[in-house]
Amino acid sequence: MRLTCPLCGPRDRREFYYYGSDDYLNRPAEGDGPQAWDAYLHLRDNPAGITHDLWYHDMGCSSWLRVTRNTVTHEIHAVDAVAAPAKGGAK
Amino acid sequence: MAELIAKSALAGHAPLTLAATTLAEAPMTQITAILPFPGGAKAVAAALRPFGLTFPDPNRQSVNGAMRLVWTGREQAFLVGPAAPEMAPGLAATLDGAAAVTDQSDGWAVLTLSGPLARETLARLVPLDLRDTAFAVGAVARSGLNHMQMILTRSDTATYEVMVFRSMARTAWHELAEALQTQAARLDAMS
Repeated sequence: MRLTCPLCGPRDRREFYYYGSDDYLNRPAEGDGPQAWDAYLHLRDNPAGITHDLWYHDMGCSSWLRVTRNTVTHEIHAVDAVAAPAKGGAK
Repeated sequence: MAELIAKSALAGHAPLTLAATTLAEAPMTQITAILPFPGGAKAVAAALRPFGLTFPDPNRQSVNGAMRLVWTGREQAFLVGPAAPEMAPGLAATLDGAAAVTDQSDGWAVLTLSGPLARETLARLVPLDLRDTAFAVGAVARSGLNHMQMILTRSDTATYEVMVFRSMARTAWHELAEALQTQAARLDAMS
């Protein structure tokens, strides 16, 4: 399995760490009830098809990545950086 | 104050040469990390210009004589070279507010692998395409050397520079030496 890091290019799966569903990016707002926190921490879909994961390029550029892939065909559809590039920033 | 002697991670370690391929520790150099703050790219470029350097794109380095600015991660580059000690303090002042500048010299061990078996040896440990089309002379990659974090630079056609965390120096040496021995033995068996 290979992922195409937006910075480093196509890299081997060994360079990445899998952090689970990208639900972790949607943190409940302050003051949200226990149900929202329960969903954030524990409730996960288990789709046959397109899914969105959170990966970390720990052996590479240290980018957090959102990976769109298909659990049925194992296709990788997209690998996007979670952080938007800073305006006037470096790469 | 006591006079402290700077020592490299593998000081006194003799180079290993097998089948005309040499594994050695590189001479100690100054390593300075430059991490531009958000919006700091312009100021960083202006500060680097007098030194003939530019902030490198991913997987690249900017070279001016013995000075190199090596891309080592997202929004991060290492200034490497013998001229850096004189340059870095001045640079730190001009970069104040535009980038975080820290001395990393004693945090890294630098090894060189050069010769006809260099690429085949690395291929045993590095999950990268090392062919000319994918990893040309001057290319840089932040990747893994087996289980270790590594910054790999192709310095020349058959010369590679491997940077690992200083605490990993002996492990990195062991892994590379073993891979080189395997490759050399294989060559020997075929001849």
